[in-house]
Amino acid sequence: MSTSEEVENQQIELQLLLQAIYLKYGYDFRSYAKASVKRRILHRMTTDQFPNISAMQHRLLEDVSFFETLLLDLSINVTEMFRDPTFYLALRKEVIPLLRNYPFLKIWHAGCSSGEEVYSMAILLKEEGLYDRAQIYATDMNQVILKKARDGIFSINRLKSYTMNYQRAGGQESFSDYYNAHYDHVVMDKSLKENILFSDHNLATDGVFGEMHLIICRNVLIYFNRELQDRVFRLFAESLTLGGIMCLGSKESVRLSNISTIFDDISKEEKIYRKSLSLDKI
Amino acid sequence: MSSVLHEKRFEVVVIGASAGGIRALTMVLSALPEDFALPIIIVQHVHPHSGGYISHILGAKCALIVKQADEKESVLGGTVYIAPPNYHLMLETDRSFSLSVAAPVNYSRPAIDVLFETAIDAYYDKIVCIVLTGANHDGSQGAAKIHRAGGYIIVQDPTTAEADSMPRATLAATPVDKVLPLEQIGAYLLQLINRSNQLWHFP
Repeated sequence: MSTSEEVENQQIELQLLLQAIYLKYGYDFRSYAKASVKRRILHRMTTDQFPNISAMQHRLLEDVSFFETLLLDLSINVTEMFRDPTFYLALRKEVIPLLRNYPFLKIWHAGCSSGEEVYSMAILLKEEGLYDRAQIYATDMNQVILKKARDGIFSINRLKSYTMNYQRAGGQESFSDYYNAHYDHVVMDKSLKENILFSDHNLATDGVFGEMHLIICRNVLIYFNRELQDRVFRLFAESLTLGGIMCLGSKESVRLSNISTIFDDISKEEKIYRKSLSLDKI
Repeated sequence: MSSVLHEKRFEVVVIGASAGGIRALTMVLSALPEDFALPIIIVQHVHPHSGGYISHILGAKCALIVKQADEKESVLGGTVYIAPPNYHLMLETDRSFSLSVAAPVNYSRPAIDVLFETAIDAYYDKIVCIVLTGANHDGSQGAAKIHRAGGYIIVQDPTTAEADSMPRATLAATPVDKVLPLEQIGAYLLQLINRSNQLWHFP
């Protein structure tokens, strides 16, 4: 069999597997960028010694616990506190002044994973004196990861790099004030959680659930194909109040989407956008 | 033979480099003329916060367009693409790029293996794969897969490498087509592409 035929066959098997996941469990990975999904599926295939992708499909239909393993494989839960410190600096400088105008703030952290960046936001809002008037909705499609986020317990190994990030992100206090250390892990301070609501939401299948002033969705859209990216941008545009802010990951952009004109640049470098105030663009 | 008469033997060049890589890449790329027709895709290990300095350095020293690969960007010939720091760079089957912040592979993000493995899904056996200097073993598994898929593997002669473990790891992992001292790789690549194009256009 030629390489091209082999690759083609594997792509067919992969699409059938994603279709099976959708039909059986309702999670829709069919519009994800395929290279990353395939790597993860093949990794599981090798680890669990399946002869091919199709063999995984049968197991997946019969065994819900195997599906849960795959779901964890497929959702990329690599994150850190104050990831990309320059983004948080820009947030302090360019966005916080705009948010001060609102008496009450609704913030949506979409695809929050294990919560490191949500707690980072909570810390930043506290230091800027805005936390008490904020409601943060932190959502992810994966319940297991959401529980981790809700618990706010992180490995102590990473604290050193988090502390450095915090300082580079313009942190004003001592970072250790925000957690309690126990042996090999830290527990984030309870007061940070008071205004955070963790809940289940899937960007591929679910809709708008409230009017937001600020949406943060970083390093999530890189896993989606163009069509799904457009769906999510429309969802965010509908969800944002006029003049509301949308923050993407440093390699993500709304500029190639078909609703690009709805958004003005706040920071081109840090991918911070503002939903236009002029109604004729919308 | 007739079915492949007008197909090019090679359609992409993928390169992996780590410690000492900037100097090695400069030497390889500066040997290529501005009408070099294939896309060249590079993973060079860098510090996560290092910004885009590599594309500036290489761009200043070679005739081709050098840029950081963007998410969803379509791959074009005659262009050198560099993986952005702190992201894995992957190729989709429609020959566009995608990025990921998945865990480091071989302690590296971007990882050479990730680029090499996904290149097969986009370019099948039409790949020239080059492994240059480096102090770990990233790239060796990906190169082995490209070899099995029918691609062409060039490895920098370890005795000419600033750090020899990466070329050595590749030589240990897979049979390769050519081992060359650094200063010959660029010229050889050019010759290989020219020759294969002629061969496949006028059999």
